[in-house]
Amino acid sequence: MSVKIALGPLLFAWPRQEVLDLYARVGADPRVDVVYLGEAVCSRRQQVRASDWLDLARDLTGAGKEVVLSSQALLESEGDLKILRRLADSGLTVEANDLGAVGLVARTVPFVCGPHLNIYNEATLAYYADLGAVRWVPPLEGSRALIEGLHGSRPAGLETEVFAFGKLPLAFSARCFTARHYGLGKDDCEFRCFDHPEGILLRTREGQPFLTVNGIQTLSAQTHSLLSHVADLAAMGVEAIRISPQPHRLDDVIAGFDAARRGQAAVEARTWAPLGLCDGYWDGRAGIALAARQAPAEGSPQGR
Amino acid sequence: MTAELPHLVCPAGSLPALRAAVDHGADAVYLGFRNDTNARNFAGLNFDEKALREGVRYAHDRRREVFLAINTYPQPGRVATWRAAVDEALALGADALILADLGLLAYARERHPEARLHLSVQGSATNHEAVNFCHREFGIRRAVLPRVLTLAQVAQVARQTPVEIEVFGFGSLCVMNEGRCWLSSYATGESPNTVGACSPARFVRWEQKPGALQARLNGILIDAFADGEPAGYPTLCKGRYEVGGSIEYAFEEPTSLNVLPMLPDIVRAGVRAIKVEGRQRSPAYVARVTRVLREAIDSLKAGLDGFTVRPAWADALAGVSEGRHVTLGAYSRPWR
Repeated sequence: MSVKIALGPLLFAWPRQEVLDLYARVGADPRVDVVYLGEAVCSRRQQVRASDWLDLARDLTGAGKEVVLSSQALLESEGDLKILRRLADSGLTVEANDLGAVGLVARTVPFVCGPHLNIYNEATLAYYADLGAVRWVPPLEGSRALIEGLHGSRPAGLETEVFAFGKLPLAFSARCFTARHYGLGKDDCEFRCFDHPEGILLRTREGQPFLTVNGIQTLSAQTHSLLSHVADLAAMGVEAIRISPQPHRLDDVIAGFDAARRGQAAVEARTWAPLGLCDGYWDGRAGIALAARQAPAEGSPQGR
Repeated sequence: MTAELPHLVCPAGSLPALRAAVDHGADAVYLGFRNDTNARNFAGLNFDEKALREGVRYAHDRRREVFLAINTYPQPGRVATWRAAVDEALALGADALILADLGLLAYARERHPEARLHLSVQGSATNHEAVNFCHREFGIRRAVLPRVLTLAQVAQVARQTPVEIEVFGFGSLCVMNEGRCWLSSYATGESPNTVGACSPARFVRWEQKPGALQARLNGILIDAFADGEPAGYPTLCKGRYEVGGSIEYAFEEPTSLNVLPMLPDIVRAGVRAIKVEGRQRSPAYVARVTRVLREAIDSLKAGLDGFTVRPAWADALAGVSEGRHVTLGAYSRPWR
């Protein structure tokens, strides 16, 4: 069976209708196998409510997708925990990104270990498998060697999913940096995130794109892409590759990875990542680094 | 009823720092081995077997405790190194182990069921469900909470767990949730989780340009300082960047955390230990901060309500603060 394409949780604040439209398209897209739903970043973003996510989960399951509910990476308040308990009680698979989430699903609900659980070695991976994990996502800073080594050691029944495309979620804080930029308090943020469907770009003082501010989350400015390594990942036997939703060219990105997993040559188009690509983590280098690529063709991965 | 006063846990990057902490009133010191098993893996710091033996003797002779931080994440294929550190720390008389990796916690629990285990701040437990999970699974006796919670949230965690709660009281301020920040490896390839250092010094380059001193990390410009402007170490999250056309400290100004003004509230929140940051700092820093916090905590014996910050304490701490500014950090709501 070929490697599955997973659409990761939407990390940005999009208006409700755009979120519903996204998942309507995804439901009708035969190339996408797994869909992660839910608000993974900030509990104040409630245009799409928990009940909406559960409705979407039902619709997408009906459309033949494997659905996973993602939990917030930073769980601080009782309100955050309440939402989490509702996810855990839904009967669906949950992506845990926090030890509190792990505590609620361990030995009771099948769960996915998200990239923020810090699984860096064989012993910890085996421990999570004992708790009932059905899939794991390596830390985003994990190199090819880490992924290959741990994947090779994984207990039977545990799938590996690699974050293969998107801005990298690198850090979380109690502070909302979007609110800070606008001089607002976190609890009085006026939901400015919704004005930035791909976060706010942060450049160095000499103009180099560096990071992306997305509420309490900080992402890379560059787009991490393992498109040219999909054949490698498939040869390793990795079960799924994750594409992180972005507001532009998502359909082309999915087409590119779909081509790559079927063994066709594929190159990222410049329009997929206007601020540039990166893949340094793959080789154990700085994440922002980029290995040499053949010149990208405009438009589509096949240079159409 | 008098509330139980919190213990004071102080950093020791070296034997002289350990003695300074003990001599000035720390109830416990925390330290690490001289390798990548601890999250302050800086050149010239930390303890080999001989120094640890001596440090443990010095502390135990004075009825103080020694906590061993083995709080990076064991790297693939090298789990044995971290397990050996656990075995060695206990053999050398450590009173508690500060761990972050779940696999390593499981090992310590199974191999050394009597050992006192603390969940490191690098373990990123921000809620009582997380703390209680580690209590059920590994029998942890204490959890160090990340510097991202408000005091009300700290109190909420403390109320809902049998695990002792330790919080940071003074020192450098991480604005990101510790253990889940990859900014350093994004810029350099090395992070606290993997090599035990953030924004490692070997990637720092200073360049004097006309009118400005530039601080770079692996070539990336973190900040530039005008002539006469105090220049700070280029820690990624404390740099100045361009956001929406303005140059700003997008994450945090270079400040230090100082909870002294809210010490009685920390006690009321049910916090059992206050931790001083700074294993990379000098023995003089450790001595000064330990002495001030010892006096401040002891002054609470007279009652929580009458507490005031003595000017001499504030002066002493201001002199060792990063950027010479102090903040209540996330504990105080306005910060958010």
